[in-house]
Amino acid sequence: MISQFFILSSKGDPLIYKDFRGDSGGRDVAELFYRKLTGLPGDESPVVMHHDDRHFIHIRHSSLYLVATTSENISPFSLLELLSRLATLLGDYCGSLSEGTISRNVALVYEILDEVLDYGYVQTTSTEMLRNFIQTEAVVSKPFSLFDLSSVGLFGAETQQSKVAPSSAASRPVLSSRSDQSQKNEVFLDVVERLSVLIASNGSLLKVDVQGEIRLKSFLPSGSEMRIGLTEEFCVGKSELRGYGPGIRVDEVSFHSSVNLDEFESHRILRLQPPQGELTVMRYQLSDDLPSPLPFRLFPSVQWDRGSGRLQVYLKLRCDLPPKSQALNVRLHLPLPRGVVSLSQELSSPEQKAELGEGALRWDLPRVQGGSQLSGLFQMDVPGLPGPPSHGPSTSAPPLGLGPASLSFELPRHTCSGLQVRFLRLSFRPCSNANPHKWVRHLSHSDAYVIRI
Amino acid sequence: MPYLGSEDVVKELKKALCNPHIQADRLRYRNVIQRVIRMSKLDQWGQAEVLNFLLRYQPRSEEELFDILNLLDSFLKSSSPGVVMGATKLFLILAKKFPHVQTDVLVRVKGPLLAACSSESRELCFAALCHVRQILHSLPGHFSSHYKKFFCSYSEPHYIKLQKVEVLCELVNDENVQQVLEELRGYCTDVSADFAQAAIFAIGGIARTYTDQCVQILTELLGLRQEHITTVVVQTFRDLVWLCPQCTEAVCQALPGCEENIQDSEGKQALIWLLGVHGERIPNAPYILEDFVENVKSETFPAVKMELLTALVRLFLSRPAECQDMLGRLLYYCIEEEKNMAVRDRGLFYYRLLLVGIDEVKRILCSPKSDPSLGLLEDQAERPVNSWASDFNTLVPVYGKARWATISKCVGAEHGGSERSHTASFAVSGHLISEENKGRVQEAPDSETLMLVPNCQLTAEYFEKTWLSLEVAHQQVLPWQGEVHPDTLQMALQVVNIQTIAMSRAGSQPWKAYLSAQDDTGCLFLTELLLESENSEMQISVKQSEARTETLNSFMSVLETVIGTIGDIKS
Repeated sequence: MISQFFILSSKGDPLIYKDFRGDSGGRDVAELFYRKLTGLPGDESPVVMHHDDRHFIHIRHSSLYLVATTSENISPFSLLELLSRLATLLGDYCGSLSEGTISRNVALVYEILDEVLDYGYVQTTSTEMLRNFIQTEAVVSKPFSLFDLSSVGLFGAETQQSKVAPSSAASRPVLSSRSDQSQKNEVFLDVVERLSVLIASNGSLLKVDVQGEIRLKSFLPSGSEMRIGLTEEFCVGKSELRGYGPGIRVDEVSFHSSVNLDEFESHRILRLQPPQGELTVMRYQLSDDLPSPLPFRLFPSVQWDRGSGRLQVYLKLRCDLPPKSQALNVRLHLPLPRGVVSLSQELSSPEQKAELGEGALRWDLPRVQGGSQLSGLFQMDVPGLPGPPSHGPSTSAPPLGLGPASLSFELPRHTCSGLQVRFLRLSFRPCSNANPHKWVRHLSHSDAYVIRI
Repeated sequence: MPYLGSEDVVKELKKALCNPHIQADRLRYRNVIQRVIRMSKLDQWGQAEVLNFLLRYQPRSEEELFDILNLLDSFLKSSSPGVVMGATKLFLILAKKFPHVQTDVLVRVKGPLLAACSSESRELCFAALCHVRQILHSLPGHFSSHYKKFFCSYSEPHYIKLQKVEVLCELVNDENVQQVLEELRGYCTDVSADFAQAAIFAIGGIARTYTDQCVQILTELLGLRQEHITTVVVQTFRDLVWLCPQCTEAVCQALPGCEENIQDSEGKQALIWLLGVHGERIPNAPYILEDFVENVKSETFPAVKMELLTALVRLFLSRPAECQDMLGRLLYYCIEEEKNMAVRDRGLFYYRLLLVGIDEVKRILCSPKSDPSLGLLEDQAERPVNSWASDFNTLVPVYGKARWATISKCVGAEHGGSERSHTASFAVSGHLISEENKGRVQEAPDSETLMLVPNCQLTAEYFEKTWLSLEVAHQQVLPWQGEVHPDTLQMALQVVNIQTIAMSRAGSQPWKAYLSAQDDTGCLFLTELLLESENSEMQISVKQSEARTETLNSFMSVLETVIGTIGDIKS
């Protein structure tokens, strides 16, 4: 199967190198890979590369390269899955996956690799089996403290007690040693949706796609049984009907193999005994039929005076979320034609910011309340701009290079499909200490929200 | 040996793999296999390994086959993409005699593949897209209703966008052609020149079936007067006019004006070719060419100059009055002042040809203006699933057939697949090769014991005499489907240095051909190809002037490869 495995930093420095079979090359293969990667012509894919009898296959995970080499013609899907699983596993053991944590925990990483792969064959990647074998402790950069209230990260949430779990909860190693019982037992459940939207220049909706995942990060000792209750009216597929009214619908779902689906049909309850660490419980997709309106609509109007080279773009952004919700970290990225010289702007509210950089306009709105409308008027000088043939000095057809506007944003406490987690109950706890904390969070963010001008 | 989740499984597998007594006894072997399949405690890696291992198993009866397929059915619904793809491949290979089962499996795997195509992981997305393209070769309509999933998003890396554009080009059908063309048209004005060019080539690909709409879009793009767009559009027009002569009129109307925007060699060559061949329909063709002639001294690309010579001589035949003067000037420059020998030679050749007389020139240069049958060669429509089933879920689709052939040649593994893609690549010339066929141009296939001498032409009488005097050394039957295209076959044989003495015309019943070849020791191989009226088998009879089995076998393998390739391309 795999001949070698190595991890490179984003600049190509080898952090980890392990040779399983001793049949090809030496440590310099890492440098070879990086040189090949950076020297690759633009249209060739870097995912699988070939050099000298060996295939290099890699993934990028939080700016690190995880690379495996093989000399056989094996399944790319299995290899990529193995690399992702290794990334998750290393993240579980070390807290998070980054250059710093890897370099602090080199011994632990090698131990994990030893147990997971033997002579290049996968033995097991299950955290349950592995924790019997891994002895080394993870080294954390600073001790975990509940009072560390930095910005909300992925595994932080607001709960009924209105306590904010700190973002460093996500970076605590999950699978630390046995003498761990005094640590807080916590479980984080995230419903994360990625929204992809494509809107044509006449305002019609070309494509909308929601990819959702229910992710679980469990610090509980294994053996606890957990029940997750989803919205009862949630239907799978186009023909199912539950409850009254249109309900919440998804096109397809798929579950992790360890999820027990006995009560899914009747009450939409998932039962599982989660191992420690990260787990994707359920994946679902929905296209073309969102129950709620799209979160943002953009109404651009472009005025371009060819003669004097003056381009005026007026953007009106309307947020169609319910009034109590808001969108955070909204950023609009609008590529501009080449040769834009100056920018003057008028924005409708003081906390917004707009600037010109790398041939594009970036308009930042830190917080947009549901139902509000924000506008910005941008004027720039673009001498000598080519464009579609005009029928007069000033035309409303957009010039060439005024690209599609892409929005990126986060919608906390909102799911585009409407799917919600009703409850999360733990039924059986082998060692009953203090009540474990349960954090449930719903979040949507944009994957590719493109509006054509 | 992978752990596979339990000791029992390992024991069973060891028995199946290593115990020769069990392997010898079909029934015991089968029981062991069934027990392996029923193992429930495998994790995803174990399942993938088992599926891979089962590829080697040949079920003895149809019942057993469907038994196994039923047992493995649940693997198709697994959440691990490796297991799903492994199960799909196994089903495709086990069910190779049942195309409806294969189609059924491909329908069931549509969902997981589409999910992988929109996955967060870029790499998984790319691998899935490559496999989607593989499936589209056999079932072009398979993903047509899901074309929206393949629209490119702004933030994707370049290699994924290119794959998606190719997929869009291949899944076009009557219902979605409008939307797909609109989407591609949007990409043509993308900021990235490479991507815009890829989109334009894709529209060119779709234009073979939906000519009018595409030509309209391409004409509009010319109006933007952007250099990188114009050059690619003109190249696409050139390819299109050759394959779809019905659009020549529209193309000729669109051409005037774009010479101002083309600076690169490929674009100029394409434009000049079009002006030469279709110049009589373009009113100011001579004047555009005159511009080029004026600047020929400062022209840096010799290929452009060669194309200019040919085009001007062609145009001279249809519009002599306007072209005579500049043709003279061009020839003078090329013969007297040009430093590049290839250009000079061509100029000299045309000059001497013109001296011979205008009829000779017409005979040589008035070639057909289009060849729609070439589209057949290129199209490769609807390959049977079995031709690529063994490559599914391996690295082959991720690299692409052409690159894989190069790689496996480097590695030294010679298997039929790599040879086939080589011989297929040079049956067509230059710019008409589609992406798939652009393998490396290669000499005669390497074979240690056989070197066929090129250009040894036997006279018909000599051939007949030798044929009648020899005994048949080897006879073989190859499967064949449909009609024979004699020109294609002749060209392909020519490349491997097998000469055609005589060949029946296409469509004649029965169809026959006589071939000859000579190796470097002087041994002659005379071959007769016979295709009966049922058109399902081609009979090959080979006679050898000296009895040498080794060289005979090598010759047979070369012949089989070529015939097999030609057969594959069309079927």
